[in-house]
Amino acid sequence: MKLKKIWVFGEAGADGLATITLEMLAAARELTDTVEVFIGADGSAVAAELGAHGASAVYATGDLDGAMQGVAVASAVAEAINSGRVEAPDAFLLGTTYDGRDVAARLSVKLDAGVLSNVVELRIDGDRLVGVEPVFGGTINVTAGFTNGQPDIWLVRPKSFEASPVEGAPAEVHELGVPDLGSAGTAVVKERFTEESEGPKLDEADIVVAGGRGLGSADAFALVEDLAQRLGAAPGASRAIVDAGWVPYSYQVGQTGKVVKPGIYIACGISGATQHLVGMKGAKNIIAINKDPEAAIFAVADLGVVGDVHKVMPKLSEALANR
Amino acid sequence: MLANLTAMKVAVCVKQIPDPADPGALDPQTKTLRRDVKLILDESDSYGVEMALQLVDNAGGGSVHLVSMAPNDEVNGLRTALAMGADSAALISDEALAGSDALGTARVLAAAVAKAEPDLVLAATESSDGYTGVVPAQVAELMSLPSVTFAKEVSVQDGVATVRRQTEAGAELVECPLPAVVSVTAGVVEPRYPSFKGIMQAKNKPLEQLRIADLGLSAEQVGWAGAGQAISEITEAPARTAGEVITDEGDAHERIVAFLQELKAI
Repeated sequence: MKLKKIWVFGEAGADGLATITLEMLAAARELTDTVEVFIGADGSAVAAELGAHGASAVYATGDLDGAMQGVAVASAVAEAINSGRVEAPDAFLLGTTYDGRDVAARLSVKLDAGVLSNVVELRIDGDRLVGVEPVFGGTINVTAGFTNGQPDIWLVRPKSFEASPVEGAPAEVHELGVPDLGSAGTAVVKERFTEESEGPKLDEADIVVAGGRGLGSADAFALVEDLAQRLGAAPGASRAIVDAGWVPYSYQVGQTGKVVKPGIYIACGISGATQHLVGMKGAKNIIAINKDPEAAIFAVADLGVVGDVHKVMPKLSEALANR
Repeated sequence: MLANLTAMKVAVCVKQIPDPADPGALDPQTKTLRRDVKLILDESDSYGVEMALQLVDNAGGGSVHLVSMAPNDEVNGLRTALAMGADSAALISDEALAGSDALGTARVLAAAVAKAEPDLVLAATESSDGYTGVVPAQVAELMSLPSVTFAKEVSVQDGVATVRRQTEAGAELVECPLPAVVSVTAGVVEPRYPSFKGIMQAKNKPLEQLRIADLGLSAEQVGWAGAGQAISEITEAPARTAGEVITDEGDAHERIVAFLQELKAI
């Protein structure tokens, strides 16, 4: 059995569609023959790329002019469905992103539909869609689905599916009118900032070198950056040192930060809290350096080094430099 | 709601969770989290409490009211937040709430928050145990309020919150008239530790215990009945196995280089 229709929440940046959007389009194509996208932006700019990933239509609000994605997109979708102009999909897929969560939350209230979060797998079970959500730091998988007859709302964790282009005509662009948002719509974006980073992107890099509290100080993060640079890797961080203000939030790997699945993950001075493991244990190979032999990170590492990062890392960087 | 601009009323939604060091387990029979362990204040929520205390301080006065939903009349985590300096708390505990999903939880919190008529509602971006990350915006939608999630900095002046919010690309600066819901990321402020005096005072602060009927909610809207979800399977995830662990004797970097060579990374 296949579903009749799935709607995927589109997110786009300066360099085209977000990877999570492409990943969800690939996932949706396995579950239905009709994949459509809804987006809080101009639709024509992304129609060709969406079509090339299997979306037949894109429902677009156009530029939101400072309105928040969550309230504007959810209101527009609910209005289109409740007015009967658009037939409700069987399921909505949204990325576990900042805006994705906002849209899902507002939409769930408007449609009186539940949300299942952090989904890493989706499949048809009998006559309904079920999803798999890892809990307790990924030690237990819960498979669940919806039973109340409303459209399903799923928040999909990045890196759970692989994007795969298909030969497809540009998605047909439909207007998604944003109704009056009332008191809920009074927040306005005044300014946007882009955090520039050099080298490969954290969530796309083949190698990630990440640092944690074991580095001892913000200055010692230079060890991580140096090693990353020598390996053509992206630098990452545990939540502890992001909270401590040593590095920006954009470096954070984990449940709250980015989910990474590199070929090699090198954890330096990271103990391996559940919240961190969730974000990186999908790495193909894990190398860990930590002075505490009892650290949880060693339970998932392919190569564990019990040692002081301040001694091992400089020698490692030097050895790589001399090659 | 903004009768007195200098006296700001902040409501903070907090969750009391099993100690992450001893998280309990999912009961395969009832398919719910076993919560027979002692609950503590979710560390993520200490940031919202601290932010509320600082905003009230900056406003020159006001109050911080806590709202929490928990089983078995659990108040341990609320006492911690009261000891930090919050003024009062409401706990919603009801057998009908077992199995509540995010939306059911948001319905309860929104109803309890509304009773306090706050100028600002704060919450963590997500709980450390359930981490759905949707409850704050659901509360906002239920209350027809604007929301700004994933706040990294918050200030309030003349009834308007200015929030620096995390985005995929970096950050955005959002202006939001109050009342509003703001969810704060960890690290947004440095949470204070409760003082001995604070702990003693917390024992005498007002703590209202509510059932869902007190909030005008019915059993069909919350708990398993309201969730409209069914768990079909609970399985152990395939575990990664630990590999080789060596102790650095001054040459561990050589083993790492060799491993990187094996993987053709260098």
